[in-house]
Amino acid sequence: MDAFLSLIHGFGVLADPMNIVYMCVGVVLGVLIGVLPGLGGANGVAILLPLTFSMSPTAAIIMLSSIYWGALFGGAITSVLFNIPGEPWSVATTFDGHPMAQQGKADEALTAAFTSSFIGALLAVIVITFLAPVVAGFALRFGPAEFFAVQLLTFCSFVGMGRESPFKVLAAMTLGFALAAVGLDSVTGQLRMTFGTVELMRGFDFLIAVIGLFGIGEILLTMEEGLSFRGKSTTITLRSVMNTWIRLPRFWVTYLRSAAVGCWLGITPGGATPASFMSYGLARRFSKDPGNFGKGEIEGVVAPETAAHAAGTSALLPMLTLGIPGSPTAAVMLGGLLIWGLQPGPMLFIEQKDFVWGLIASMYLSNVIGFLIVLTTVPLWASILRIPFSIIAPVIIVLCCIGAYTVHNAFLDVVIMLFFGVIGYVFKKLHYPLAPLVLALVLGDMAESSFRQSMLISQGDMSIFWSNWLVGSICSLALAMLFWPLIALMLDKLRGGGRFSPGGA
Amino acid sequence: MFMEREQNLVPESLPGDGEKTTPVSDAGLTVTMKTMELVVAGLLMLVAAIVMYDSVRVGAGWAFDGPQAGYFPFFIGLILLAASAVTFGINLFSRTADLSNFVTKPALLLVAKVLAPTVMYLIVMYYVGIYIASALYICFFMMWLGKYSIRKAAPVAIAIPLVLFWLFEIAFLIPLPKGPLEAALGF
Repeated sequence: MDAFLSLIHGFGVLADPMNIVYMCVGVVLGVLIGVLPGLGGANGVAILLPLTFSMSPTAAIIMLSSIYWGALFGGAITSVLFNIPGEPWSVATTFDGHPMAQQGKADEALTAAFTSSFIGALLAVIVITFLAPVVAGFALRFGPAEFFAVQLLTFCSFVGMGRESPFKVLAAMTLGFALAAVGLDSVTGQLRMTFGTVELMRGFDFLIAVIGLFGIGEILLTMEEGLSFRGKSTTITLRSVMNTWIRLPRFWVTYLRSAAVGCWLGITPGGATPASFMSYGLARRFSKDPGNFGKGEIEGVVAPETAAHAAGTSALLPMLTLGIPGSPTAAVMLGGLLIWGLQPGPMLFIEQKDFVWGLIASMYLSNVIGFLIVLTTVPLWASILRIPFSIIAPVIIVLCCIGAYTVHNAFLDVVIMLFFGVIGYVFKKLHYPLAPLVLALVLGDMAESSFRQSMLISQGDMSIFWSNWLVGSICSLALAMLFWPLIALMLDKLRGGGRFSPGGA
Repeated sequence: MFMEREQNLVPESLPGDGEKTTPVSDAGLTVTMKTMELVVAGLLMLVAAIVMYDSVRVGAGWAFDGPQAGYFPFFIGLILLAASAVTFGINLFSRTADLSNFVTKPALLLVAKVLAPTVMYLIVMYYVGIYIASALYICFFMMWLGKYSIRKAAPVAIAIPLVLFWLFEIAFLIPLPKGPLEAALGF
């Protein structure tokens, strides 16, 4: 009930018409980012971050989160019409979305995708509304050991849930930690890994890494394919929307299951991409007619879109309540909070009520706005994709450079950004995951300081991480996640070449 | 005139760029996935070694008041070393190693065609500021890769930096790198 009253208070914060304007601008920019190759939720938000410095934190976060929702919606458009996933989490949407478009049912596929995204997001926002205050209240009692345990769980989940080789996940993650350690050590004041240079004293900023890894890396990958956009075009009429909506309630089980998968993977950072694949796999397994999947089954669009949007939305829950982002985009927003002088974590819910509940209320409203905008403007976005890549690519690279420069007003950052772009390209080709690298770069200092604080308390005794039931169970869960690939392998062997491994889904 | 200058400069930056994907052998094959896996895993091991070396330098042990500055990074380096060593080993000894092409020659050429002008763009940006450099870069990119005539490329290339200038310098008051031309105009 408390949460409900706070939510109404949050809607009061939204009453400022400027906030609504920022919301609409954010959603439109977000869809644009989601549609264009090379710009995604994470680096799009990172590039636009400097523009929000002059706004109030509430208006700024409303705009940035609206960009994120827009990007989540936008990914579906390119997947269905062009068979090009604008975002990694919409890869699973292409499996059935594009075949539907080829059969001339693009309007149905898009309506189903948007509606599912909307419902997935809505369910996740409801989860956030009622779960976030509970988690925040709980986290108020956390000590450094508990925080480190949660961070450990975050990183171990990547190993357990990741679709890549666990060794590559570990390598990418520790590379992020190592980059985060460069610079001034905040506890002892010693310089680490600067090798006598002044430039490295600042360390590596993760915003630069995000813009390079996801922006330039993606452009290089897209370029490699030569890129010829040959897609279907469509308009969505009211009649086709109605016809699709009549069919959708049949999939209510799929909706609930996909949203549950999405929320779970969003909160424990598996992220939207594995959530969409897992949900697609589950929908096919439970379907009465699994043979239809991949040939244009509408349920194959519903499941991944619901899960991706639910995961993308719920990734903000740990970011707000614990200060631990569940996805790279949430990490960028966390960076924004720090720049605006807000410390994410449980205290945010006590000290910055307006901010937190304004943001949560805006999630409801901006998803409604986003839903209406994408439904009505599909032809516009499809035509943007027809602008030749040789015009779009240099403009996106220019934007990446500006984004990297404005973080610290340092030219060197632009060079580092380009360097990260090449790393991103090579890592993507070799299937090294980028999300753990970015999150380790963001959380590195935080994880290290909570580790050191707990070591100070315990005089270097590791048993502090099993000193009470709470921290002990989180740590044990983390270790189970870390060794999950091994456990799954053994279970498979025991069952004699098992049929389904959840870790790989 | 400006475009000529850029085009002359581009080939110079190509060799340095091709460094990471060295000997281009016959039939469009560049390097195999296996080689690239080994190179990347090897580089990561090198990074791990540097991290561990530097952590030992600042002290990776236990001081009287708690862990030393290098304690945490040292173990991070150790995990990185171990994980990359496994990836290295898997690719070196496995019979199922991926011998397919890391990137085909035409694709690599396309990637280099984006990367080389971008490197040039950064160099030019350093001297003349971001707006002029962006105009040159967009124009060059459109003409070289998009095969547009200068009549079509120039308006786009001039309009976009102007919009950016208005957005950053005037509307949001965020200063971006500027050069002599902007200074002459009083910014």
